[in-house]
Amino acid sequence: MGEKIHILVALVENKPGVMQRISGMFSRRGFNIDSLSVGTTEDPHHSRMTITVRGDNRVLEQVVKQMNKLIPVIKVRDLSEKTSVSRELCLIKVSTSKQDSRAEIAQYVDIFRGNIIDVSLDSMIVEITGDTDKINAFIKLMQPYGIKEVSRTGITAMHRGHKSVKDQKK
Amino acid sequence: MNGAEALIRGMEKEGVEHIFGILGGAIMDVYDVLFDNSTIKHLTCRHEQVAVFAASGYARASGRIGTCMATSGPGACNLVTGLTDAYMDSVPVVAVTGQVPTTAIGGDAFQEADVVGITMPITKYNYLLERPEDVPLTVKGAYYLAGTGRPGPVLIDFPKDIQQASIKNYKTPKTVHFGGYNPVLDPHPRQIALAVKALMNAERPLILSGGGVIISNASTELLKLAELLGIHITTTSLGKGAVPEDHPLALGMVGMHGKRWSNNAVQEADVLFAIGTRFSDRITGNPKYFAPKAKIIHADIDPSEIGKNVEVDIPIVGDAKRVLSAMLQVAKKASKKEMSRREKRTEWGKRIEKWKREFARDINYDAVPIKPQLIVREVQKIIDADPKNTIIATEVGRNQLWCMHYMNIRNPRNWLTSGGLGTMGAGFPMAIGAQVARPEARVLNMAGDGSFQMTMQDLATCMTYGIPVVNIIFNDSSLGNVRMWQALFYDKRYSETDLKNNPDFEKLADAYGAWAKRVERPGEVGEAIHEALKSGKPAIVDIAVDKDETVYPMVPPGGVLHEMLDE
Ligand SMILES: Cc1ncc(C[n+]2csc(CCOP(=O)(O)OP(=O)(O)O)c2C)c(N)n1
Repeated sequence: MGEKIHILVALVENKPGVMQRISGMFSRRGFNIDSLSVGTTEDPHHSRMTITVRGDNRVLEQVVKQMNKLIPVIKVRDLSEKTSVSRELCLIKVSTSKQDSRAEIAQYVDIFRGNIIDVSLDSMIVEITGDTDKINAFIKLMQPYGIKEVSRTGITAMHRGHKSVKDQKK
Repeated sequence: MNGAEALIRGMEKEGVEHIFGILGGAIMDVYDVLFDNSTIKHLTCRHEQVAVFAASGYARASGRIGTCMATSGPGACNLVTGLTDAYMDSVPVVAVTGQVPTTAIGGDAFQEADVVGITMPITKYNYLLERPEDVPLTVKGAYYLAGTGRPGPVLIDFPKDIQQASIKNYKTPKTVHFGGYNPVLDPHPRQIALAVKALMNAERPLILSGGGVIISNASTELLKLAELLGIHITTTSLGKGAVPEDHPLALGMVGMHGKRWSNNAVQEADVLFAIGTRFSDRITGNPKYFAPKAKIIHADIDPSEIGKNVEVDIPIVGDAKRVLSAMLQVAKKASKKEMSRREKRTEWGKRIEKWKREFARDINYDAVPIKPQLIVREVQKIIDADPKNTIIATEVGRNQLWCMHYMNIRNPRNWLTSGGLGTMGAGFPMAIGAQVARPEARVLNMAGDGSFQMTMQDLATCMTYGIPVVNIIFNDSSLGNVRMWQALFYDKRYSETDLKNNPDFEKLADAYGAWAKRVERPGEVGEAIHEALKSGKPAIVDIAVDKDETVYPMVPPGGVLHEMLDE
């Protein structure tokens, strides 16, 4: 029933244990997190989290309310696709043992505006940034060469334009 | 001043008068402060579970914040059940636990447990103190969070080295602020107007009151609103006593073990105004078929409760007292024409009264073995003689269900029961806490023989501090409620529900120096309870009851409210 992926951004106190409170609440209440990323902000007292959750509107409403209920959570916003930008960083180690693969991969990296950041005799590491679809597409292209390892940061997101998460009421 | 002293001074400033607890190596510095000069009285219990439930009973019966204390590791772990219980029932409790020194944390030191981790999902908030200068603000914050908004338990984990460290420039903070915590107390006027209008226009309105009305001391406002609009009130188990249950508009409890007429009224209502309740499964039965004809108005201080279990038409976020006062103000201004719609409801009132007559139960009070309902009737007489000063605690099981169903509680804060968690062994310690908070009251704990044996060792605590709680045991030599489910739903396969070697409770009481009497004849029940109260001592009235009496009527688990099992 209307299941969707939602991007939530939360401003939280920068204190030990906050991650545990949030992830514990998610697992206890049976909410599904697709990805979660955390980092510091312009204010050293606050951290910012981007969480992608799966569910219908009712689930989303509960997730937001339950997050708000946690004391160290200062603000939670649901970012809609239209009015926000989202990015993810992905590192892919791909095999280059097949003939010509090095040159081919380099071309793909170029098209996707990625970077080759490490090269060894029979593999290389590619760095690629973008929204989830773009990264998925790139990974698919790499599969025939033999992917050795993938590491994704999870989505981080922001409102377009002047608006910021801090401006909003809790 | 060291950290330990800062804690106690902070508690004194917060108005703490009693702490229930048991000490141990990691909290000795705090107890050392208590040894000489504090206005706080500490009561040593015989198990930390009792300490936390006593703090909970203290809070439930008085509206003040209960405080308990334990050492690290095993002491702290013994608080877990009581904290969970307090969290489920929104009871303001502050727990302080000793912890191994910060330098040892993480190394699996002797009696180290990750108490902050363990209690994260069962507290409103918890702290690990890492710097002595944080003690004053932490104490202030803990009491602030426990007692405001939707109340709940808060835990402070206090490492031994921080207790011992000295604090330079100790100052008590005047205020505390949390960026992420701003409970909404005042309801939105638009929602209030919508709610009042819906109730005024209703033909079959009903009020469902939860424990939130009691927590917010809103009983007077609730009754005034109900009387003004002529609407009946049913309650949850924690809502018992929110309005006098013998009032003409009071219907008694609703839900799995509620009254038939309450359940019918919910199912037939066209507008249901629920306040201070979280629509637990014990209230709604199968939520899909709950109140199918009703527009639902739901007022709660916790926004996350609105829309969680039941879909709501008119949500109101706010403190129950303010919500009800605002509704009263709007309702009072209603025009004559609007008020005249009240007449339309006489039909509805008559229907409810008819159900009440139809479903009144006939009980053979002279039967041997004694019917549990007889005990409720005798205790009711005691309540009715002095309703304001009679506090009823219950354990969990059939003992509790008989009381929920049959007992008329007439005042808020005089009914203490483990509602959300359903914890056996909670009643006696809650009764202890209630008696400490309200020494002038008579406190009776309605117990099962199984439940009572979970915390009965604290008869010793009652003796030490002169706490004359009267325990009334519905003795069926079994884990009766589960046995009943086996009879109803498991083909009478009585797996492990017989309690074969129950003690002789008279001798047990004697060993502690408490008062006790065993009763087997119906005619002796009332007299024995009176004698127990008169003894002025902690007491046990051990009553042999009919083990096969079923708690009828009852909604089977997952069932629909108006389809109750009955004889
Ligand atoms: C701590 C705990 N353990 C187990 C249960 C499950 N349980 C619910 S009622 C009950 C039986 C209670 O027996 P008793 O206290 O004798 O009361 P009775 O139903 O016989 O009146 C049990 C075991 C519980 N609610 N709490």
